[in-house]
Amino acid sequence: MITLGDYLLVSGTLFSIGFAGVMLRRNLIIILMSLELMLNAANLSLVAFSRFRVDPNGLPNYNAQVFVFFVITVAAAEVAVGLAILVALYRAKQTTNVKDISSLKF
Amino acid sequence: MSPFLFWIFALVTLIFGAGVVINRNPVASALSLVVSFLGLAALFMSLDAFFVGIIQVLVYAGAVMVLFLFIIMLLNLQTEERRRINWLAAAGGIGVALILLVQICFVIGHFQPARQTFPPLARSTTDDVWNIGALLFSNYNLPFQIIGVLVLVATIGVVLLSKRQPR
Repeated sequence: MITLGDYLLVSGTLFSIGFAGVMLRRNLIIILMSLELMLNAANLSLVAFSRFRVDPNGLPNYNAQVFVFFVITVAAAEVAVGLAILVALYRAKQTTNVKDISSLKF
Repeated sequence: MSPFLFWIFALVTLIFGAGVVINRNPVASALSLVVSFLGLAALFMSLDAFFVGIIQVLVYAGAVMVLFLFIIMLLNLQTEERRRINWLAAAGGIGVALILLVQICFVIGHFQPARQTFPPLARSTTDDVWNIGALLFSNYNLPFQIIGVLVLVATIGVVLLSKRQPR
């Protein structure tokens, strides 16, 4: 049988993959995609806990699913703003590589 | 849901998630991300969260991925040329991610409820969307309206950012 731990393990592995993407890749678009992976990994564990903790009336705990709904909305807004910043940056510097954007580096 | 289906969808999610990080071509990364999100939506549905699964397909596999592909097309990004990889930095990044993974596995291993299976659900008289909607418009009414303001602010911000500055 599938336990809660299996879902948490998948969620943690997905989060680590996204984290590795943010640490390793130099392309800003790939970094944004990895951020999406991390947000979705957190959503998966939220939904797993929602299904695990069944209310007295026999339904899953819907508070967590409402929270997932909010997370998805904020993530969509974040992607839109992030990509707009990326386009503005590309206009100014003609690059999406983080190695070439180091004006604020000490 | 049978364990066989669970592991298939979990493997699809994880393998294509790793494909996002590994691929050099941004278009290939974006398409791997779509498949990974579809696998995740199947996992949501296996947890009886049908509304969240459908939202995942509509918002991520639909809207967000079109946005990503559109930006890749607009900036005309090509496959990255092979730069000299800084092996020390790469090993550091992989090492930190591995340490995080080991920590997560350690915490799950020592978390007592993680070994229990999911309790059975009662047959609901109302459907999933109705239950979430009732909660959203009663208990979470104020956060819902704040989210609406946030999306409006994001829209205005995107329009301002992508407007060409007059010189």
